[in-house]
Amino acid sequence: MDDLRSVERIVSDDEKTKISAKNVQVYYGDTHAIRDVDVEIADKTVTAFIGPSGCGKSTFLRCLNRMNDTIDICRVEGDIRIDGEDIYDKRVDPVQLRAKVGMVFQKPNPFPKSIYDNVAYGPRIHGLAHSKAELDEIVEKSLRRGAIWNEVKDRLDAPGTGLSGGQQQRLCIARAVATEPEVLLMDEPCSALDPIATAQVEELIDELRQSYSVVIVTHSMQQAARVSQRTAFFHLGNLVEFGETGQIFTNPTDERTESYISGRIG
Amino acid sequence: MTDISSNTPGQGARVASSLLTEDKRTKKRNAAEKRFKAYGIAAIAVGLFFLAALLFAIISNGTRAFTQTFVTLDIELLEEKLDKNGNRDIEEIKKVSTFGYSPLLDAAVTKMVTDSGVETPITKAKDLKQLLSSGAAGDLRAFVVANPDRIGDTVEFRIAASSRVDGYLKGRVTRESLARDKNLSPEHLDIVDALKEQGVVKKSFNWDFILGADASDSRPEQAGMGVAMLGSFFMMLVVLALSLPIGVATSIYLEEFAPQNWFTDLIEVNISNLAAVPSIVFGILGLAVFIQFAHLPQSAPLVGGLVLTLMTLPTIIISTRASLKSVPPSIRDAALGVGASKMQAVFHHVLPLAMPGILTGTIIGLAQALGETAPLLLIGMVGFIASNYPEGVMDGFVSPNSAMPAQIYEWAKRADPAFYERAWGGIIILLVFLITMNIIAIFLRRRFERRW
Repeated sequence: MDDLRSVERIVSDDEKTKISAKNVQVYYGDTHAIRDVDVEIADKTVTAFIGPSGCGKSTFLRCLNRMNDTIDICRVEGDIRIDGEDIYDKRVDPVQLRAKVGMVFQKPNPFPKSIYDNVAYGPRIHGLAHSKAELDEIVEKSLRRGAIWNEVKDRLDAPGTGLSGGQQQRLCIARAVATEPEVLLMDEPCSALDPIATAQVEELIDELRQSYSVVIVTHSMQQAARVSQRTAFFHLGNLVEFGETGQIFTNPTDERTESYISGRIG
Repeated sequence: MTDISSNTPGQGARVASSLLTEDKRTKKRNAAEKRFKAYGIAAIAVGLFFLAALLFAIISNGTRAFTQTFVTLDIELLEEKLDKNGNRDIEEIKKVSTFGYSPLLDAAVTKMVTDSGVETPITKAKDLKQLLSSGAAGDLRAFVVANPDRIGDTVEFRIAASSRVDGYLKGRVTRESLARDKNLSPEHLDIVDALKEQGVVKKSFNWDFILGADASDSRPEQAGMGVAMLGSFFMMLVVLALSLPIGVATSIYLEEFAPQNWFTDLIEVNISNLAAVPSIVFGILGLAVFIQFAHLPQSAPLVGGLVLTLMTLPTIIISTRASLKSVPPSIRDAALGVGASKMQAVFHHVLPLAMPGILTGTIIGLAQALGETAPLLLIGMVGFIASNYPEGVMDGFVSPNSAMPAQIYEWAKRADPAFYERAWGGIIILLVFLITMNIIAIFLRRRFERRW
């Protein structure tokens, strides 16, 4: 685990809690998919969710912007607050929430439209730009943040689906940040990418940490170690251990965590 | 199987063999594959044979309907017959019925035969007139009413020959078959032969068949598809205007918004079943609901369109739902993820991607409706002569009309073989429309298909 050094692991004590989840239960029909999860996600940090397949880390991630609402049989209980506001309150409109909590998916999923329209779509529907010039500015800024501006600036009218996999994923990240979210959820953003594209995206995640609270689900423990300050380990729907990444990887308290990290379960 | 180095042959172990010779199992497998391919080719060959036979029958029978024998005739529009007072008052001219025009025709036919120099035992003008369509006087009157200033002139007319003469030139009627026919005698044919040589009787392309109105039993030579085509056109307008929005809205709601419960399941099963309901059932439903209950006019394209809408809806709903389903869910996630509402996700992203499928389904549904006959029988779109063009758009929807397939059925039912020939011709016109629509569907699909 040499790559542990790549991110300085200073987590100051006075950091603000962005998202706090308490006693979260998720059911798919009769299946109890997630049990008693308590997590505090700090602002301007990268939090990684790791764990074997089917352990509920993606499901939990999707609770944070209520994407699970689109699944009829899914039921979420418990208390999830962003900046102290209960996001499952009846008065909360999930659409507003999702503008605040952006999401990047496992498979790059650009709209089959131009690169420009991909990024401009969010600002357009939320009315963030009042003129074409303003919109152009937002698009450029977002593409720069997505670290893809230099590659696409000459062909903004080209279809987003024509880019390579890594470029598509960075385009999706640019699209997600275009709506000025406060939290960015990433569901295995690098699983469909090659190592070079992965490295680019990871670098990007580290930069995004300056402005957002980033939550990333990953299968790769190395990746979690490289990019995150905090790590949560899920196993069979339970949150087994949650703490500073260095601590989890070098000195886990739970033996299941240790087994997983050392490759004995998974 | 951990011990790879073990060389004690167990049960069913493979015997070392050459790759260059087929072993028994391979031979059997290859033979089975060859047999299967042969079955497939045979099936396709049978299908192609029947298709070719069908096309041959349609074309060989139908193309004759597109030509028609015409007689060129000089007719003197005598003033004393048509406008006794000589003041060209259109109301007075209209009072002269087609019977008033008969003497003019008689004179013209007699003159034509005399001029041709044919020796014929037929002397009576009434008999000679059998060479012409019985609708000739009507045509003549229509011309005079439209051009009253030509009264007094001698005008050259191109009048449709009677269906027997037409059939003789097309090889359908022979001298032998005429022996049993009261309308025409073999002596008439001598005249026809002579006139044909002089170029007075000629076969040419018959636009009236495509554009004209239907005609009564006694004059098949004047029957055309035009009015029925308009009937079909107005029906298709109704079907398109109703079934596309209703069908697409239903599909979007069921596919994207509706909760999954027993009620929506029930609706789904019912829609699939509706697609398999015999069309005549829709016909009787239309009769009961639209005509007997709602008192909409009988035989009207409006009612026909409503009935066909009921029939087309399941097709459109099923194909639209299939194309909505084929849009990858990642697109919906992407839209929802940037904070689009469900409706925005559907209308901005899913629907445009599903559009080629929806359009194709709609066109196929319309093509199906265009060729549908059975429901039209029950709402009265057959059994009368669609002889009048609708006067304007409203009239097109509500005045009694026929439709293309109903017109074909009507012709096929009539006794005169000349109508039978026209039925085949009508099928060619209908097929041209259907093939065109299918080509448009394919074109749209190719044109708008997008990859993701």
